[in-house]
Amino acid sequence: MSRLESVNDFVIKFANVNGTGSASANNLFAKAIFRMGIPVSPKNIFPSNIQGLPTWYEVRINDRGYLGRRGGIDIALSVNPQSMAQDIREVEPGGYFIYDNTKPLDLRLLRDDVNIIGIPLTQICNEQYDDPRQRQLFKNVIYVGALAALLDMDFKVLTALVGDQFKGKKKLVLPNIHALELGHQYARTHLDCPIGIRVEQSDKVGDKILLDGNTALGLGALYGGATVAAWYPITPSTSVVEAFEKYAKRVRIDPGTGQRNYAIVQAEDELSAIGMAIGASWNGARAFTATSGPGVSLMSEFLGLAYFAEIPTVLFNVQRAGPSTGMPTRTQQSDILACAYASHGDTKQVLLFPSTPKECFDFGAMSFDLAERLQTPIILMTDLDLGMNDNMSEPLAWDDERKYDRGKVITAEQLESGVEFGRYLDVDGDAICYRTYPGTHPTKGAFFTRGTSRDEYAVYTEKGEAYEANMLRLLRKWDTINEHVPPPITHDCGRETDTAVLFFGTSEESSREALDSLAAENIFMNAMRVRAFPFNDEVQKFIERHKQVFVIEQNRDAQFRTLLMAEFEFGPDILKSVLCFDGTPISARNIRKQIKKHLNGDNVLPLHRKIASIRAGESQ
Amino acid sequence: MSYQVPKFRHPGLPLNELGYTKADYEGAISTLCAGCGHDSISGAIVRACHEMSIEPHKIAKLSGIGCSSKAPTYFLGNSHGFNAVHGRMPSVVTGAALANRELLYMGVSGDGDTASIGMGQFAHAARRNLNMVYIVMNNGCYGLTKGQDSATADRGSATKKGDPNIYSAIDLCGTALQMGATFVARSFSGDKEQLVPLIKAAISHRGFALIDVVSPCVTFNNNPQSTKSYEFVREHSEATGTIDFVPLKKEITAEYQAGQSYEVTMHDGSSIHLYKVDETLDPFDRRSAISTLEEHRYTGNILTGLIYMNKDSRDLHEVMDTSQRPLNQLDEADLCPGNKMLLNINASLR
Repeated sequence: MSRLESVNDFVIKFANVNGTGSASANNLFAKAIFRMGIPVSPKNIFPSNIQGLPTWYEVRINDRGYLGRRGGIDIALSVNPQSMAQDIREVEPGGYFIYDNTKPLDLRLLRDDVNIIGIPLTQICNEQYDDPRQRQLFKNVIYVGALAALLDMDFKVLTALVGDQFKGKKKLVLPNIHALELGHQYARTHLDCPIGIRVEQSDKVGDKILLDGNTALGLGALYGGATVAAWYPITPSTSVVEAFEKYAKRVRIDPGTGQRNYAIVQAEDELSAIGMAIGASWNGARAFTATSGPGVSLMSEFLGLAYFAEIPTVLFNVQRAGPSTGMPTRTQQSDILACAYASHGDTKQVLLFPSTPKECFDFGAMSFDLAERLQTPIILMTDLDLGMNDNMSEPLAWDDERKYDRGKVITAEQLESGVEFGRYLDVDGDAICYRTYPGTHPTKGAFFTRGTSRDEYAVYTEKGEAYEANMLRLLRKWDTINEHVPPPITHDCGRETDTAVLFFGTSEESSREALDSLAAENIFMNAMRVRAFPFNDEVQKFIERHKQVFVIEQNRDAQFRTLLMAEFEFGPDILKSVLCFDGTPISARNIRKQIKKHLNGDNVLPLHRKIASIRAGESQ
Repeated sequence: MSYQVPKFRHPGLPLNELGYTKADYEGAISTLCAGCGHDSISGAIVRACHEMSIEPHKIAKLSGIGCSSKAPTYFLGNSHGFNAVHGRMPSVVTGAALANRELLYMGVSGDGDTASIGMGQFAHAARRNLNMVYIVMNNGCYGLTKGQDSATADRGSATKKGDPNIYSAIDLCGTALQMGATFVARSFSGDKEQLVPLIKAAISHRGFALIDVVSPCVTFNNNPQSTKSYEFVREHSEATGTIDFVPLKKEITAEYQAGQSYEVTMHDGSSIHLYKVDETLDPFDRRSAISTLEEHRYTGNILTGLIYMNKDSRDLHEVMDTSQRPLNQLDEADLCPGNKMLLNINASLR
């Protein structure tokens, strides 16, 4: 039988039962690879469930630093009988299927093109432990020990990690190391070690860190000076505010009084959450809320108010698969249009698209400066894949000289000296007006904030001209905003080409890899990663330079492409779609396959075949 | 349309301790219907704030949507105002109050804005004991959309349209008590002598202070079949007692009858004197307040006055233990932990 052979380049998928403590063991494995200097990209594929349903953990290990999903599974490690049939089916020919053989494998599942490796995990646990909970927990640690032998990992790295992980809980260190040794010992004695796939110490990680985007966002809010966080729990955004709270408890307690320099409110719903963020921002504090799709729908009315009344608002949207409740624990980039034009009437909202934890941190902190400078909502668009998975990232950094940009605010002294104040008076010609905080001056500078039409002095009016002038100013303000948001990043392929790809957020890594593999087939394309809406002029020029631009995105309806068409009036002859919306992060193989299909002229398909072809690509 | 009030004032208008006349607490000319109860409430707010010598800019007035929510334009012109979205004033006040604990938050809402679309936010603001005055201008109907019944309309009561309401009424005082409000009162827009001291007491109270003010809608709900008409309310009101508000520093000159009178010192040092009329009610006991409300509902009378006050109220800031310095006054030095901590965090993530 053939067997896959590789060093530091494979995909392994763990199949577990939700709620059995597998996550920390699987983490231990990924982190050990990372500590061996090998780039690693773990992805949690979990159900909307607390205990009992199948859950997976897919780890990409790649010496060349490709961190996106590749597609395909080289090694499946299955300790969940519920999903075993599916798990073995997914293994690439020549790959490996490792399972708990305490119970014999159902013969109908056998594949003769896959290397089957049995480890009697349950039996080992039953012999070693009396306590049922220990049997369950250590089973996971034992298979990590066995994997270390099968993949020729540095065992010392694992034991050191256990020491770090249980710092302060010394009692747990030895039993965990013992369990690792049990697995390691069993594999070395009974199995052919290493298998064709193995790891070697490397130096490709540099000073990078392994961090999830939500924690990075929570830290970004902390560094960005947020003092009020209002939220309603919703997967996959919950850990944003939890991270903010965790660090705020450490560093935001006043040393003199012991009181908190922050306030976190778990609201009764998302409407209230964003209302609180808006109220706090209106009153001069930096405030934010975090949510996901259904929350965005509920927040839309308030987003319209904040747009129209020009109140700084920061919203972190960790996207998941919609519509409605959709697949709440799966990833997508499918709130693009719902956010870009959030709320009724004519609205345009500022969107930021980070693609790494470092960018989550940077953009997270930047959101507060932008919101106050531009006096409008800033919606940071991340997703479950970036938010909840450990992503390899540049380390976080902060310039200690940096000052917060509090935007255009008139003080009591300025009012006293006779400065003319009209809340919606465009004094500087950039369509951004001055505001006052409530409580500034006893007799000057008060105004009425409202979602109804008003004149430049914030006085209610239903005069058509005044309304129109205000709406046109908001459009001019959009141009000013354009100069403030992060510009796109262009990758020139260095060859003559009239095709390009355009992507944003978490499609970056897979797109980069797909482009490299296409280049190896002599298909060269330029690339652009968009980082914000409004789109910078560079985006327009980039598209105009090419005959065909593939817009890569993770939703069904090509929402980003629609947005490009709406803003720039490009037609479908120029913008082509590469889509993935099955709830898993888009893979490099999928992107390559869809692009090649287009380039081969298969793009002019009758509708029913087009739908079928999308389906074929979706789970690749 | 709102109009600016003419600037001319009688030079002899009395000044308060800060040197302001009552006119300094007024707003734009009302565009509500002539005779609207809401305008009387606005007048009571102006009087209370003037007499208490509150600096006008230390108040923030917030509202939702509806006739009642238009009212803040017509008082406290030197205060910042916020006309939020329908039923969502409480969340905006919550955020604002968290940002700056030093301002006085005056929320104005209506029965549609509170008892229907905003019921959730109203309940949760009460539950959190947000430090605010929450005034409901309660007329039992939707005015701006021309007279539909609201959720506080009594069963059997009819607006000008004529069809009796078939649903039971939501009693906002009862609801607020259930939800944990620490100051609950009801009044009538036509009874300024009762309303003004209640507003003062609510302002002095630290915590969520609801005043449900029955405020007849002269256009749609002031007809004989209505239980929210001027006539009906005048005939069916029963006051719990009367209260006097005594500001800090002012000598107490009145004589109070023992037994039926209570003096309560508020957190800001001022005090209120309560003369009980209703023998069954102990306004410092929530159970008593709830049962007295139920009694009056049973007899069809409207219980007005102070219904409940928790003298030991702890507001949201106290419960959350937030900084005494308002959060909106903290700067980089207070808020940003600096790069050194990031170096440590980075190291822990390798």
